[in-house]
Amino acid sequence: MTPILAAFPPEAVKHAINAATKPYWFITLATIGFFLMFILYKWWTRPAIFWTIFGLFLIGYFGSIDDANFRSIVAKPDNVPITMMVISVGLCLWLGLRRAAINDSRVAAGLPLSEEDRDDKVLVWPDLVYSELICLVLATAGLFLWAIVSKAPLEQPANPGYAPNPAKAPWYFLGLQEMLVYFDPWMAGVVYPGLIILGLAAMPFIDVNPRGNGYYTLRERPFAIITWMFGFLILWVLLIFFGTFLRGPNWSFFGPYQYWDPHKAEALNNIDISHMFWIDIMHRARPTADSNPIGALPFWLVREWLGFVIVAAYFFLLPIFLRFTIFKRLYENMGAIRYAVMVMLLLFMALMPIKMVLRWLFNLKYFIYLPEFNANL
Amino acid sequence: MGLLDSPLNYFRNSQVWNSIFRHGVPRDRRTRVMAVMSNVFLHLHPVAVRKSGIRLSFTWCMGGLTFFLFLAEVVSGVLLMFYYRPVIEYAYQDIQDLRAHVTLGLLREIHRWGAHAMIISIWLHMMRVFLTGSYKPPREFNWVVGTILLVLTMLLSFTGYLLPWDQLAIWAITVGSNMAKATPLVGAGGPFAKVMMFPGTDVPMIHAGSDARFFLLAGTFVGENALLRFYVLHCVFIPCIVTVLIAIHFWRIRKDGGISGPL
Ligand code: HEM
Repeated sequence: MTPILAAFPPEAVKHAINAATKPYWFITLATIGFFLMFILYKWWTRPAIFWTIFGLFLIGYFGSIDDANFRSIVAKPDNVPITMMVISVGLCLWLGLRRAAINDSRVAAGLPLSEEDRDDKVLVWPDLVYSELICLVLATAGLFLWAIVSKAPLEQPANPGYAPNPAKAPWYFLGLQEMLVYFDPWMAGVVYPGLIILGLAAMPFIDVNPRGNGYYTLRERPFAIITWMFGFLILWVLLIFFGTFLRGPNWSFFGPYQYWDPHKAEALNNIDISHMFWIDIMHRARPTADSNPIGALPFWLVREWLGFVIVAAYFFLLPIFLRFTIFKRLYENMGAIRYAVMVMLLLFMALMPIKMVLRWLFNLKYFIYLPEFNANL
Repeated sequence: MGLLDSPLNYFRNSQVWNSIFRHGVPRDRRTRVMAVMSNVFLHLHPVAVRKSGIRLSFTWCMGGLTFFLFLAEVVSGVLLMFYYRPVIEYAYQDIQDLRAHVTLGLLREIHRWGAHAMIISIWLHMMRVFLTGSYKPPREFNWVVGTILLVLTMLLSFTGYLLPWDQLAIWAITVGSNMAKATPLVGAGGPFAKVMMFPGTDVPMIHAGSDARFFLLAGTFVGENALLRFYVLHCVFIPCIVTVLIAIHFWRIRKDGGISGPL
């Protein structure tokens, strides 16, 4: 007789989770969850509800340690930070949105904000230094405890001739490494990190909304919060989780309860826009230097013309269109320069999910395929 | 009062004690203010703060935790430097010896887990500053300082990742530094490098021995030069800049009116 707890979670649940964590499902479901989280923020942040959801998550997560495949990825010493990240981001998200919900309700009811205590000052000694001391002691204890229970990893000595499979960057860069599935290295490894840094630094200068300064709120700055949190939670934290836990040998996808089979190969039949246009629609080979239908133009321009048009429309026409439609008010508040910076950052960010979706739906590889210059987009 | 009646009071009234702490025991308002003002470290704080600003549910203590972890990294890192030599003949062996022969060998664990934790705490700190809108005027500049600290913290962790010189280390750094090869114009494998020739020749200006990755690794692969380079960046160069920036960061918090609150 098998004990009741022999298989937790049950096989059927494992299969369902393995299926639901496939890239397209996982990211789509997470995105739906992301928006629901903001729509329902007054509901789920109530302590009873949050702790129930959180408790169930913890039971499912740590209960799964029983599964050998799950354990082999989660219990790896250098993957422990991922678990810490998931849990602490969850807790902080709750804290922040909980206080936003309280504040928004208070403002709606005509009450002052919970942070409103302009004249209520306390002395740093003892009120602040004592809580700092307590945090310091707790943090020291926590760090020592972690150091005692978990050995720092040390693998075989470096061998430049033998690459492990998969070869992964440090965990905090795995969101970017995951983007390599959809973009070439010059985008995922250079342009995007650069834009993230510049975009963060530019943020205080392009967010001209004077409200929500110094207190938690969602109502008073929904656009800023939802956009930024989408970048942080979905495009950064979630992709790190994905790249660390669900990408195995050859960067193939493996569900959390699946064995990392080194022989699993995923057929790649992704195609470029120019392939779709010339071969699928025009039924002829793509133009080359020797067979160029419009000799006056460089053959690569003729070959990739549709991709160029699409990308140019996205980056140059769309901002103008948006400026007269949904971003009209925003534009009037921000002025041309701020608007241009904001909209470029937004479009670059949106390009990530757009390209993911196009890949899942149409196997799109490149909008613009320019091996002549190593510049594929 | 004699030494034997009340040793604590005896020391507190002694000339030595009073030469260090010029105020009485911080029990009333005046001495508490003095306690903060006359101590160089505590003086990073203002004397009084908004009650709402120091609530744990407001700051999540994440900025403080990041700072604590940075200090823990500095202390454990300096101790590690006593044992570790950044040359490929010894690096791996030194790490192994550290495990096997150093009493209470937790140094490496503390240093590594502290580094991971610092990455998480700095992100959460940034998220809380974002959610409270604390990057808005007058704190724009401090947010920019914070952004630079964020980048440097991740670079600190990245450069440190190589030092154990095991398979995990060199391949993670290989994957990471290969990105530099893809930099447009200055990376040998990146956009346009292969069409940029010295005028009138077919000699490429940018090749594996002259591109951005070469600059990073001091070589075309992760080898002994890269190890030395990362070691110096990790132990000296980046920590010094981070220290200066943290000082600016803290000073600016005070100058911008303390922890933010409704205006
Ligand atoms: C080594 C890294 C860092 C350390 C040690 C640090 C430390 C701190 C501390 C102790 C505070 C006081 C309030 C609190 O704890 O939340 C603070 C506030 C602040 N930090 Fe950081 N921080 C770091 C990185 C960052 C980053 C990455 C950002 C943003 C991109 C940032 C932006 C700010 C801002 C704007 C404030 C003022 C917030 C307010 O007044 O409410 N800091 N920082």
